[in-house]
Amino acid sequence: MTEAIPNYPFEQPNVLEPPKEWAETRAKCPVAHVRMPSGDVVGLLTGYEEVRGLLTDPRFSRNLEREGAARMSTTEDGGVFSRPSVGDVDNKEGPGHRRWRRLISRAFTVKKMEAWRPRIQQMADALVDDMVAKGAPVDLRAALALPLPVQVICALLGAPSEDQDRFARWSETLLTLTRYTQAEVDDAQREFRAYASDLIERKRAHPGDDLLSELTQISDSEDGRLSHDELIATAVGLLLAGHETTSNMILKMTAMLLSERERYEAVLAAPGLVPDVVEEALRMDANGGVGIPRFITEDTEVNGVPVKAGSTLFVNLHAANRDERKFPDPDRFDPHRENRAQHLTFGAGPHFCVGQTLARVELQVVLGTFVRRLPELRLRDTAADLRTREGVSAGGFEDMWVTW
Amino acid sequence: MRITVDGDACCASGLCVARADQVFDQREEDGSVVVLDSAPPPEHHEAVRAAAAVCPTGAIRLAE
Repeated sequence: MTEAIPNYPFEQPNVLEPPKEWAETRAKCPVAHVRMPSGDVVGLLTGYEEVRGLLTDPRFSRNLEREGAARMSTTEDGGVFSRPSVGDVDNKEGPGHRRWRRLISRAFTVKKMEAWRPRIQQMADALVDDMVAKGAPVDLRAALALPLPVQVICALLGAPSEDQDRFARWSETLLTLTRYTQAEVDDAQREFRAYASDLIERKRAHPGDDLLSELTQISDSEDGRLSHDELIATAVGLLLAGHETTSNMILKMTAMLLSERERYEAVLAAPGLVPDVVEEALRMDANGGVGIPRFITEDTEVNGVPVKAGSTLFVNLHAANRDERKFPDPDRFDPHRENRAQHLTFGAGPHFCVGQTLARVELQVVLGTFVRRLPELRLRDTAADLRTREGVSAGGFEDMWVTW
Repeated sequence: MRITVDGDACCASGLCVARADQVFDQREEDGSVVVLDSAPPPEHHEAVRAAAAVCPTGAIRLAE
């Protein structure tokens, strides 16, 4: 019996092509059983309506620090979704999450992010200046995809971007599936928290015009809006989430456009297409990581399949984005598709990605800069040669060499 | 067209503002949705429909 349960995540033919199991499970099983790297068996959702339904339903809990909840990774703590909170952090869901989210959201409004666009543009231009000065080929991950989001989130939070290699190492370790040991995770967590705590002390002593200074003052007022432990967890969370996924997506978008060059040429011919191309690249991402878990708190059903209380479901947002019932001819890259922005790449429901406007601005700036300054941009290798970062829940590439 | 929003459901994504900034805005304090014009003129209807369709929590309701 157990041999029949496939291992998850599924293997991809290459970094840009989805696993064949996505379409198979979508067609045959609304709730497929798969085995996580931890060995635990979970239900997997790959259909658009099912995934969106689960993420928007408050009966399905984001809190996996529960007896019987499935674990994801090979570390004893079960991975990033089940790792115990430190101190009095109570913002995973419900009223606590709502309180935390309302505090953070005001820093990420559309108006505030648009006000950052010129500064992000300057950062992108400076990085491309360095690339051009150095000469081709360059590893785009090291030259731009990692430093740009790090510089942006550091400027926003008021953190020094010189520490980008440390953030990158800590983040990757905390996002392990199979790559790091529990001891390495514990070290990374301790170091990252100590770093954030130091930074907050400096903001307390010398407040600046940045998000972390503002949050430190709110936390110090002790009016119940943000505890000290939540402040540290928020600083770590924003530093991690603020660069890891965006960095990966810059590379994946670029690879999608350059591996089938007519896609890039279409934007060169019509630079006004940049925002639509970004949306379609977000939808088409086949390497978005392992997915998001929910713990089922009461007996229910998903598309006619009974799901028992106490079980864990994982949703694969990127498989849902290839659902032909939502996106006709889903494997075709089409920036003109009318519902292209209805993808689930940033989730859905009350936990929808807080930083998605910032991510969109960064991706638009990067693509616009490439189109304007590097019309001859090409991949040095083929898509089949690109190496994914194995064993990390966020996916991404090891490196990606480009010429122009 | 009449717009109503469920402020409790709103997750402050701002996707509505990005699509129809003459009809929607975000509150300074917490980023949650503000309807600037609950009965917008026809030239904004298409953008408002797009905003309702992408809302991550379905907080925007339209009566046409």
